[in-house]
Amino acid sequence: MADYKIHLLVCGGTGCKSSHSQMLAEHLRTEIRNQGLNDFAQVVGTGCFGFCEKGPIVKIIPDNTFYTQVKPEDAKEIVEEHIVKGRRVNRLLYKDPKNDKIITDSKGMEFYKKQMRIALRNCGVIDPENIGEYIARDGYAALGKVLTSMTPVETIEVIKKSGLRGRGGAGFPTGLKWEITLKSPGSEKYVVCNADEGDPGAFMDRSILEGDPHSVIEAMTINGFCTGASKGLVYIRAEYPLAIERLKTAINQAREYGLLGENIFGSSFSFDITLRYGAGAFVCGEETALIHSMEGNRGEPTMKPPFPSVKGYLGKPTNVNNVETFASIPVIILKGADFYNQIGTEKSKGTKVFALAGKVNNVGLIEVPMGITLREVIFEIGGGIKNGKKFKGVQIGGPSGGCLTYKHLDTPIDYESLIAAGAMMGSGGMIIMDEDDCMVDVAKYFLDFTVDESCGKCTPCRVGNKRMHELLNNITKGNGTKDDIDRLINLGNVIRDTSLCMLGQSAPNPVLSIIDNFRDEYEAHVHDKKCPSGVCKALMTYEIVAENCVGCTACARACPVGAIAGERKEVHTIDPALCIKCGACMDRCKFNAVIVN
Amino acid sequence: MNKIKNLADLRDLKEKLQSGTKLREKSEYPELLVQVKVAMATCCIASGSRETMNYIVDELEKRNVGAVITQTGCMGYCYAEPTIEVILPGKEPVVFGYVDVKKADEIIEKYIKGGALVEGIIPVNYKKIDN
Repeated sequence: MADYKIHLLVCGGTGCKSSHSQMLAEHLRTEIRNQGLNDFAQVVGTGCFGFCEKGPIVKIIPDNTFYTQVKPEDAKEIVEEHIVKGRRVNRLLYKDPKNDKIITDSKGMEFYKKQMRIALRNCGVIDPENIGEYIARDGYAALGKVLTSMTPVETIEVIKKSGLRGRGGAGFPTGLKWEITLKSPGSEKYVVCNADEGDPGAFMDRSILEGDPHSVIEAMTINGFCTGASKGLVYIRAEYPLAIERLKTAINQAREYGLLGENIFGSSFSFDITLRYGAGAFVCGEETALIHSMEGNRGEPTMKPPFPSVKGYLGKPTNVNNVETFASIPVIILKGADFYNQIGTEKSKGTKVFALAGKVNNVGLIEVPMGITLREVIFEIGGGIKNGKKFKGVQIGGPSGGCLTYKHLDTPIDYESLIAAGAMMGSGGMIIMDEDDCMVDVAKYFLDFTVDESCGKCTPCRVGNKRMHELLNNITKGNGTKDDIDRLINLGNVIRDTSLCMLGQSAPNPVLSIIDNFRDEYEAHVHDKKCPSGVCKALMTYEIVAENCVGCTACARACPVGAIAGERKEVHTIDPALCIKCGACMDRCKFNAVIVN
Repeated sequence: MNKIKNLADLRDLKEKLQSGTKLREKSEYPELLVQVKVAMATCCIASGSRETMNYIVDELEKRNVGAVITQTGCMGYCYAEPTIEVILPGKEPVVFGYVDVKKADEIIEKYIKGGALVEGIIPVNYKKIDN
């Protein structure tokens, strides 16, 4: 059979799928059939394109036309116009938010220009449910190379030389971890893939598993060969149903093809992978807690050492790596350590995936070389701040990370620079905030999360974070005192120093870094009892300006609690004791007579 | 399904499957390849441009020419259907008219592979508004 002349790639990631991309793909297939173009054009469901802001995405190959926010109803027009007649459907093309210019070719989009896709190399390109497409793009060639021509020690040397460091957040050198596991005595060892992605706003692991599950399977198998393990386990949260489904399909296909199982590539090496489901506790992303959870115990961390590489799952040496780390391995093996270690900075090599979220124009998933600056990420790839507002801060590394401000915009992104700036790489979540966000409220939000997710085992984390949360709560309610800021700093430092695991040790980070960078906002809340961004309701008062009020009664009718009094055609007043600060009066007033302080 | 037992099996399988995704890889760097645009408006299709396009895609593949073939809308030269535009790497686009299968064969052999111009060129005397 001849090959298709045109491919229509339809994003099948969770984001686009929830906007009916599956139905869209079905409609496209039907329309193509109706036009009798079955042998001419092919519809492929792929993984995430990363441009989640404007999903569902349809990309037409070979002309790289990039359609955004496509609805199932648009299928007919796309097929009739673009596929049959070669005319682009202009209304579905991407518009550059900066100048409203239509961009037809995805290569012309700022979003993709500075990206370098290694871990995401197949996401948005292949059909993740078809092992053939993975093999066609050099899939399993790295495994073949390792099993037929390399020893475990040689392979580990390549990984060490590449400079790859753990992408789950801590940045431990991956090759070294493999070596420790290899050297740990024991006939029974395990490979664990940590797919317990818990940072709010981070979804790179999910996207890789949904878009390119075979790359993780291949890398785990290579890891098994290198460390002497014959069993692999993927610890994945049950709230990722699509990733689980695709991973299961991929594992079954790999078994069918003999790429998992006995005597892989005719060697004496055998390996298989099973899944373990987590219930979504944040602490289970910590490797010792993860292992306890897999063993059927409570997901609580234990002291390290012993490290899992020495004594892990069922007391056996266990190599735990993150999804993104694994996804980078096959490329390093095939293209060589030197290809990889030329990308990035002196101590942080290669590329890193970031999830852009918050008040930025291009929300989505990006992969960039280490050493790129925050400015490039936020203002070029991210397309700047939404609605032309002013940039205020960016939270990097989720609830364990820190909040950086405009003075850090030219900081190169690598493990060391971020820590020096008071944040951390974490799993790569980036939440961008604008002038309307109250930083005290943001600190409270992240602490809220860690207080909820603390496992309760050690006192500093269980009690300390709770107390910090109370202090913050008081401040946002206008009950903060002068000493509260110092108290927060003291308490935060104690929690950081004395907690058992990284969850507790890093929980005060957002609060402390925000005090560092936005002390004036804390002080405004404490001393002036004002919230400069107008977020903390308790610190706001609504007032009616007498000169502007015409007495139309619109505000009084809009008020849900009857806090506004005043006769027709006379100046109205708001009773602050009754006012719930919902802002309905302000929205309703046509004369700008309602103001907020 | 036969299991993959050694590296040769994987290589064979890859070669067999490669053409299925090759189009996607090529589209990542079209400027390095021969780009052919086939006009595919209603009138062009009626004059046989779909046969021309299919022929060009299959023949370039058979003759081992790295190329990206896309379709476009009406080029305006409706008197000379089917029309195609060929961009050799680093060269100006050239438009050919009356491209039936026979003409396409000649263009591939002489112009695309040999770089020698052939009869049937439509002079381009317009400017594009973008860039």
